[in-house]
Amino acid sequence: MSDPDAAGPRRTPLTAVHERLGAALTDFAGWLMPLRYTSETAEHNAVRTAAGLFDLSHMGEIAVTGPGAGEALDYALTGDLSGLAPGRARYTLICAPDGGVLDDLIVYRLGDEDFLVVANASNAARVHGELAERAAGRPAVVTDQTADYALIALQGPAAAAILAPLTDADLAALRYYAGHPATVDGRKVMLARTGYTGEDGFEIFARPDDAEPLWATLAEAGAGHGLVPAGLAARDTLRLEAGMALYGNELGPDITPFDAGLGRVVKFTKPGDFVGRDALARAAEAGPRRVLTGLAGESRRVPRHGYSVLWDGQPCGTVTSGAPSPTLGVPIALAYLEPEAAREAAEEATGAGAGTGRLAVDVRGRAEPARAVPLPFYRRPA
Amino acid sequence: MTVPPELHYTAEHEWVRLDGPAASVGITDHAQRALGDVVYVSLPQVGATVTAGEPCGEVESTKSVSDIYSPVDGEVTEINEEIDEDPALVNADPYGAGWLFRVALASGGELPAGMLSADDYLELTKEAG
Repeated sequence: MSDPDAAGPRRTPLTAVHERLGAALTDFAGWLMPLRYTSETAEHNAVRTAAGLFDLSHMGEIAVTGPGAGEALDYALTGDLSGLAPGRARYTLICAPDGGVLDDLIVYRLGDEDFLVVANASNAARVHGELAERAAGRPAVVTDQTADYALIALQGPAAAAILAPLTDADLAALRYYAGHPATVDGRKVMLARTGYTGEDGFEIFARPDDAEPLWATLAEAGAGHGLVPAGLAARDTLRLEAGMALYGNELGPDITPFDAGLGRVVKFTKPGDFVGRDALARAAEAGPRRVLTGLAGESRRVPRHGYSVLWDGQPCGTVTSGAPSPTLGVPIALAYLEPEAAREAAEEATGAGAGTGRLAVDVRGRAEPARAVPLPFYRRPA
Repeated sequence: MTVPPELHYTAEHEWVRLDGPAASVGITDHAQRALGDVVYVSLPQVGATVTAGEPCGEVESTKSVSDIYSPVDGEVTEINEEIDEDPALVNADPYGAGWLFRVALASGGELPAGMLSADDYLELTKEAG
């Protein structure tokens, strides 16, 4: 690969569309991506009430194929991927031998011997390298296909109504965390019912050449439903309200899945060994070293990444993500708290001592009161 | 991007509208675009003394928080109460309804040295992209 700095950030098959729409573009993980088109709050609210259209072509796609593909992924990742049915998807993690999280992934099983691993843009090269190394010696081929896919997400309560007339897929039969080949607007895609917003929605893996016409068709079809293009700023507040972890914030090499409340995706019962197994078994036994906790701010000053959380004025943890919540109208944050502080904060929030103000966030030198709240902050109406 | 020619600017993206011995202060169109949706503005109190180049408040947006640096020396005589109710005014009308506070200038109408003209400020923001 050529020096990415020399060439500037990479463009997706849709960057020109974003430029024509007047988006504010930003360098995100080496890609030139839309941060917002108009107002990120309006884009966020559109996804909650109607629908939003996202370019996610920066995400890494890594194909793992061959008769040993399932076993290779079982060894490489924390999940039971050989047990995944074709046409289904699973949220999983790739860990280091010491149990630290290297990335969170969605794995789609497209066929018996055909898996697609979707990685965060910032980790795609690392994940590709690790998968290739961990699959070595097995009958499996690992290929970085990031440049072969444009990825468009259509998210929001109106997503299915917008997509249905454009696709040959039976959307009523396409369950959450399922995906299979389909056509949209007559173009061959892999259509999945996945997302990162807390809403119903779809992710459409398309050929790069099809990205612009697909985007145009979806935008036109959605206009009457309130669909708007939505940028990374809205994506971040949407995932935060939905309580979803972001790599680099809630997840990283010094955090175990158990710290992050993701112990359920570590499958000790699957056949065979997997990378990190021993360390993860010890971490599961020991319990979390810190507890990922939802906070709601009681002032208007916003807890942000890196700020200290205080219990009775003493530091007891650190904010990993924070933002003013457009849906709830108050600042919200995810924070890692010491287990004892997390327990006391949860009791304070629910018990007779509610609102005693013992929990606070140090917002640039001033302690702003906060309370612990259950995750997710937002759950879509059933 | 709008840069009204009659205003004075700072490199920290505040504007000053001179009005005899008083001045109104706000943040620029460039600043509000860079910040994104403003959700809260913390302003100095009426009667507070502000000093040019010193922080005197903060602007919270969805993605970030930024200090407001007073562009002038003086005493705060009025703050824009409207933006407490509706912080989005700072986005919608940064040079008008989104003004932040008014100052009685300590110098009786002289601006601190080093303030930028509209042309200087345009040049500065062009360099910054």
